[in-house]
Amino acid sequence: MARDKEIMLSVRNLTKAYSAAGERVSVLRGVNLIVAAGERVALTGESGSGKSTLLHLIAGLDRADGGEIDFAGTSTAGLSEAGLAALRRDRLGLVFQQFNLIPSLNVRDNLAFQSRIAGRHDVAWQAELAQRLGLTPLLDRYPEQLSGGQQQRVAIGRALAVKPLLLLADEPTGNLDETTADGVMALTRDLVAQTGCGLLMVTHSNRLAAMLDRHVNLTAGLIA
Amino acid sequence: MTRTLWVLAVLFSHWRRHPMQFATLAIGLVSAVALWSGVQALNQQARASYDRAAAAFGGVRTATLVSTNGGTFPQQLFVALRRAGWPVSPVLEGRIQVDGRSFRLLGIDPVTLPTEAGDRPPIGGELQGFVLPPGQTRLAPETMAELGASEGASLEASNDMKLPPLRLAAQLAPGVMVVDIGVAQRLLKMPNQVSRLLVGKSKGPRASLDKVVGDRLRLVKPTAETDLERLTDSFHLNLTAFGLLSFFVGLFIVNSAIGLAFEQRLPILRTLRACGVSSRQLNTVLLLELVFFALIAGLVGMAVGYLIAAALLPDVAASLRGLYGAQIPGQLSLSPQWWLAGLLISVLGALLAATASLLKAGRLSVLASAQPQAWRQEQRRWVMLQGIAALAVFATAFGFLWFGDSLLAGFAVLAAILLGAALALPLLLELVLAAGEYQARGALAAWFWADSRQQLSGLSLALMALLLALSVNVGVGTMVESFSRTFVNWLDARLAADIYINAADDAQAKAITAWLRERRDVIAILPGGRAETQFAGAPLEIFGLPDNATYRDRWPLLQSADDAWTRLQKGEAAFASEQLARRSRLSLGDVIEVPTPHGGWTIRIVGIYADYGNPKAQIAVNFDALAGHFPDIPRTRIGLRANQAAVPRLMSDLREKFGLDDHSLIDQATLKAESKRIFNRTFSVTAALNAFTLAVAGIALLTSLLTLGNSRLPQLAPLWAIGITRRKLAAIELLKTMSVALLTALLALPLGLLVAWCLIAIVNVKAFGWQLPFHVFPLQLAELLAVAMVASLVAAAIPVLRLARLQPTALIKVFADER
Repeated sequence: MARDKEIMLSVRNLTKAYSAAGERVSVLRGVNLIVAAGERVALTGESGSGKSTLLHLIAGLDRADGGEIDFAGTSTAGLSEAGLAALRRDRLGLVFQQFNLIPSLNVRDNLAFQSRIAGRHDVAWQAELAQRLGLTPLLDRYPEQLSGGQQQRVAIGRALAVKPLLLLADEPTGNLDETTADGVMALTRDLVAQTGCGLLMVTHSNRLAAMLDRHVNLTAGLIA
Repeated sequence: MTRTLWVLAVLFSHWRRHPMQFATLAIGLVSAVALWSGVQALNQQARASYDRAAAAFGGVRTATLVSTNGGTFPQQLFVALRRAGWPVSPVLEGRIQVDGRSFRLLGIDPVTLPTEAGDRPPIGGELQGFVLPPGQTRLAPETMAELGASEGASLEASNDMKLPPLRLAAQLAPGVMVVDIGVAQRLLKMPNQVSRLLVGKSKGPRASLDKVVGDRLRLVKPTAETDLERLTDSFHLNLTAFGLLSFFVGLFIVNSAIGLAFEQRLPILRTLRACGVSSRQLNTVLLLELVFFALIAGLVGMAVGYLIAAALLPDVAASLRGLYGAQIPGQLSLSPQWWLAGLLISVLGALLAATASLLKAGRLSVLASAQPQAWRQEQRRWVMLQGIAALAVFATAFGFLWFGDSLLAGFAVLAAILLGAALALPLLLELVLAAGEYQARGALAAWFWADSRQQLSGLSLALMALLLALSVNVGVGTMVESFSRTFVNWLDARLAADIYINAADDAQAKAITAWLRERRDVIAILPGGRAETQFAGAPLEIFGLPDNATYRDRWPLLQSADDAWTRLQKGEAAFASEQLARRSRLSLGDVIEVPTPHGGWTIRIVGIYADYGNPKAQIAVNFDALAGHFPDIPRTRIGLRANQAAVPRLMSDLREKFGLDDHSLIDQATLKAESKRIFNRTFSVTAALNAFTLAVAGIALLTSLLTLGNSRLPQLAPLWAIGITRRKLAAIELLKTMSVALLTALLALPLGLLVAWCLIAIVNVKAFGWQLPFHVFPLQLAELLAVAMVASLVAAAIPVLRLARLQPTALIKVFADER
């Protein structure tokens, strides 16, 4: 971690448990994590270690049982559902393993969607993103007409189009073959660097994790 | 605002990519609104006609003074009341025959007519033209068309008297002619007589009524509802009930379409939420989208509703004319309120149908909403909740049955039974399918039952619609068939005479009777007559039966005392119609008193007879006794018994000798055919609405299956991969759909019979005052079962054919997506 950089994300003593088959299962047991502005962090861990849960809590998709999350100096605990939605819309970019594109919109509209609802649509930036992501010839296609790699590139483009402070990626290459995954990863890293936003990426791959600035491992609900 | 529009655009884009799903939603909304607004258009048209009739000079919306004995009274009373400060205006009413048709003739005094009585000729030249010779006969355009005459023509009445020149008055009801009261007294041969006095709003002091006229007149206060409205309420309530049922069946489709669309759009909803659209904003936009669709579909539905109403109007008008004598113009005219109400019902219906989906989408968290499994678990919970709700609704039905005693309570029982059954259906099917799964031997059979259960949540709403449509078809079909069988038998017995004559006046009737007495082919001359009076504050018709073996042998009595006919002949006994007996709680041996021109007439009830199709309270008495108590009744009705072979000749001679036309001379066969035609037309509207409802249910099933078709691929692809051909998969899918449709149809049969029982034993008795014997028609049930299965087959055929012809690449894609 670069101590002299501005802290973008601060997670302190975060806990989360779920009920399963009548039993309480602790997924996160006091997680602490700091991500500086523009820092690129890989989050690894075994299946069920709580990686995705941590990402969902940071994104405000779910509420923690205990602990604190500060994002750009604001505690998310006090935010309402609408406040969390505004945080995701205006300051975060989310990329999922299953792409989660809007199947009824073409590539152009999928790319523009978040920036439009955030009121920060930038035609030139979108065109540049499309060009950098190799999507320019595919702009009129629909998600079902794209390969997995192409769909993930659209998802990354959509997240970056809003120029977020932090990009949260949940195994973005999990559905892709190695070559495609490397290509997508390289693009993501370059674009993140270009926009100056931070990156917190969940991955199973130590090889991909090594491509980022820092690598943290989540084991049994705690960051080692 | 821009954000909202972008989210709305995304939601709309789903429909653009799924046109079939959109078609389902649109069909549901359009069907619901069309059938509802069509029925409302018919009701509104009829009510507007009743209003026109009511506004015809002294309808019930104006206070009136009438004779206490129910007849006309001297004009001097009018003069005396005016002098005593009463703002009264005289009206004389009677029937007049022109061109063989009978019209209601109203004589008015336009100078004293209260302004609130309506339809007053404007003061000025119009007024002078009306009162000064030759005067005017004002009539509605429909009446003018019926006469085939034009303005200014002078027609001759059947009593050889000339009517004043015709003049159009658009606001008048059809079948009414309005003339100056002096002209009416001359035409009706009732000099210085008045039927009633309209009472205007008092402007000054006036003497009390009894001081001026004693007990000869009584004041009838204005009421909001006309006689016609009261009489036809049941008919319109029946129509409304059908409209409502069709509306709800349509809403089932909307509910199904919206539910499935929500399920399919869950990934989009999740993505929108992940991209920063708040739950509140998303629900607001979903609501906006729904309202937008509801308004567009509402407009289309109303246009279709207008067409349905226009198609059904002739039958409705004929039914109302045949049953109640109500004149309904043949052209629809719709008010702005109808349009507004239609749009409102469309929006409310769409919101009602979408409530569950909106609540579910609002409640489910972002992460859970991404999991279709969570949705299905919710559906299972809903099935249980629906089962519990069904029990509560059945308990309500029982409560209404036990404690209710009105037509509305009858409909409430019916609605509760239908709703309860619809709610219980998914649980019943789930239990049957679970039992099938438990009993299944072999992997494919086990999958068959398990997959049917899994599919149930998507199909249950369409199956509910099918259950409702089928059970109502069975119920109404059984009721109509029971009624038809009873009515035909009753008609055979009731129409005792071979020929019916309605003479123009008493003189002609006398001449005809004298001529008939000379004919050897005439077996019996049966004079008849009717008088109008009051009983328990409501109009009562007294029907005179001649003392003749023809009636003793054939007149159908539901209940009778010993020697009923002998006692009737003595003139102090009467038979009461079933309607009157039920309404006034009369039974054999009860004594009633009815007013006559010569004072009260005390009569004992010795029989009760069925009088299907007559909305009025009626008693039958000996004709001579009737003539004795009501000496002024017209004696123009004559029935004839004659040798069958001689009937055509006798009729042709009567026509030739007395100039009788088809309106005043009719044989039994024609009268029976006419009565049956009216009967059939009355129920043709019901049959048409029945067919519409069934068709809508078929569409619900089709659209549900089509929508489900695409989401079924992940279930079917593994079976195809392990070696089951597409053709066989299609056959299995067809078998599954037909199985659940058959189960639903089989459940609909007993439910339909229960509906029929409710209609016959509760609704009909409350609505019309008569009870019918309950019959079951197995052939009809088998026919409906077959229709249901054919409808299900047709609905299932398209998605099954699509599956059979599905390209392998589409099935492979399922696995490709699972990488």
